[in-house]
Amino acid sequence: MRGGGAGRRGGEEAALLLSALTVLGCAAGLAVAVTRHGPVTAYGRLLRADALSVWMLLAVGAVATLALAAGPRGPDHDAAAARRYDVLVHALLATLSLAVLAANLGVVWIAIEATTILTAFLVGHRRTRACVEAAWKYMVICSAGIALALLGTVLLYYAARQAGIPEALALDWPTLAGRAGRLDPAVTRLGTGLVVLGFGAKAGLAPLHAWLPDTYGQAPAPVSALMSGVLSSVAFAGLLRYKVIADTALGPAWSRALLTGTALLTLALAAALLIGQRDYRRMLAYSSMEHMSLIALGAAVGTPLAASAMLLHMLGHGLAKAVAFCAAGHLERLRATTRTGRVRGLLAEAPVLGAALALAVLALLGLPPFGLFAAELGLVRAGFAAGMGWAVGGALVLLLTAFAALGTLTARMLLGAPPAPRPPARLGVRAALPLLAGLLLCAALGVSTGPLTGLLASAAEIAGGR
Amino acid sequence: MGDTLYTQLLDLACGAFLLAAVVVLWLRQLASIVRVFALQGVALAAVAALLGAHEGRWELLAVAVGIGLLRAGLLPHLVRRALSAPAAPAHPGHHYEEDVSEARETRPLVNVAASLLSAALLTLLSYAVARPLVELHPTPATRALPVGLAVVLTGFFTLVTRRRALAQVVGFLLMDNGITAVAFLAASGVPLIVELGVSFDVLLAVLVLRILTTRMRAAFGGTGIDDLRELREW
Repeated sequence: MRGGGAGRRGGEEAALLLSALTVLGCAAGLAVAVTRHGPVTAYGRLLRADALSVWMLLAVGAVATLALAAGPRGPDHDAAAARRYDVLVHALLATLSLAVLAANLGVVWIAIEATTILTAFLVGHRRTRACVEAAWKYMVICSAGIALALLGTVLLYYAARQAGIPEALALDWPTLAGRAGRLDPAVTRLGTGLVVLGFGAKAGLAPLHAWLPDTYGQAPAPVSALMSGVLSSVAFAGLLRYKVIADTALGPAWSRALLTGTALLTLALAAALLIGQRDYRRMLAYSSMEHMSLIALGAAVGTPLAASAMLLHMLGHGLAKAVAFCAAGHLERLRATTRTGRVRGLLAEAPVLGAALALAVLALLGLPPFGLFAAELGLVRAGFAAGMGWAVGGALVLLLTAFAALGTLTARMLLGAPPAPRPPARLGVRAALPLLAGLLLCAALGVSTGPLTGLLASAAEIAGGR
Repeated sequence: MGDTLYTQLLDLACGAFLLAAVVVLWLRQLASIVRVFALQGVALAAVAALLGAHEGRWELLAVAVGIGLLRAGLLPHLVRRALSAPAAPAHPGHHYEEDVSEARETRPLVNVAASLLSAALLTLLSYAVARPLVELHPTPATRALPVGLAVVLTGFFTLVTRRRALAQVVGFLLMDNGITAVAFLAASGVPLIVELGVSFDVLLAVLVLRILTTRMRAAFGGTGIDDLRELREW
């Protein structure tokens, strides 16, 4: 019986992986089509793939494949819980894809709110106090935050209707971006301000970020990887669409001020809370806030170089964070704790797992050869070139603090002698291979974007909007 | 329908809509809060119906009926059922007391008088913020736009200051009512597909929050937000 059960579970895991691979395959196909022929639409004007959405879809597919292949399995203590987990992860992948492919800003909002609902269940999959608390905070803060984004969308719709855009097209992104110059500036300013606040909550940006450490700390490891690696970037990509409209309607100053302020505040909070962190999953969560704030800073700078760096940062961070969260999930199973203080000498005790975690953290620290190094270098160069040296300089100081905190905490976990002499723990090839593949991919991105170069350039053109 | 009558009815409906939000802040009994919330749903449906009748767009009347069913019927029903769900038998001897404290907002972060004062300030704020919105296209409907914004802000205030899980849910729903009102007053509602999707999302969100409330009762023996202190930094 047990063997049969494990086999069925294996089949379901294969189905999850197949789902992620399908997203990745569709993204690859679309990448070819979009690079050759420009944007593709489907179902009337409901779905639309341009270079930016294909780039995000690639990130969703790659990170999901990696996280579902490498992560410790979902709950397997109870068949119903395991089935629910599978259904929710499938649905999460579908809504993430919808969120990047929808052309209608209203549908983008619906998809992003749907991800909140789905992940709330995934976060609260165990009924412990900590899980229920994390799920409640997540659901309440994100729903309220994203409601503000809906209000902003409604105001933008009002401005579009008053600018003479017919009802069916008034939330259609290409139409809005094309005719943004005719939108009323005051209403657009209010609307985009609310959207930055609302989608910023979902992307883990201050001031509505309080849910993030609890949620990433309690969700199953692959779900944390998906939330940190792609869900936050997908929400931010939604925000980028509004930024394009705002930049055309109001000039770049408004969104630049808004995003720079948000980014520096988030970075300061993340750096402050990383110091003295005692839980390694929360440590990774604050590192996500740090990286999202750099992505927001890239969007604030907004030049083509900054936009490329930002998109590269999204993909590189997604891959590195997926490896880090999956390795942390395996570590949690191995040591049954998430306290940094209780983990010592991991490299000696579990060499493969320790090495994977070490390399992922090195990538997150922004060291070469990983993709995040290239992205951060690009951001700094673009920032100084665009005359935002003060903002980038401030960010670098905060980044150095975060660097020191993250580096010290991880080094303490990895180095030294294990507390008790135990035989080395093996990770197993099935989990180690995807982790290795993720790290290699992240390193390759730092060296060259290879076949993705053309796609990245067109996506950066769309995101830059100028 | 004459223009004067339309304006008066619209103002009346909007006034009732705003008043309901303020009364929610004033009340402490969760059951009464839910009842007032249902009445607010009726006022919202009336706003949509009035706009539909005035503009001769009969499909808006169908949307108004849908809104009424969802926001005055289904959502309050769901919240009420979560309210009457049996409390976990954590203290079997004090079952009655447990019930009473569950049904009342006993210790809001801000007391009732200060809450009402804040509601007044938030309404003033929304009138100030909404000025460009009204100036863009002044009609009787857009002049009432600040009311929608005031309800959104009051909902957010409820969400932040109330310490009972279900009062927070009502705060979230007030925000959502306010946003729907803004959509109707500003542009006679968003396209149908978006309206349907948003309503569906809100319904699911309330269902999820209800399930989480049940789990919270099982794990913490109550639904006080102040009990949620497992996860903190130091």
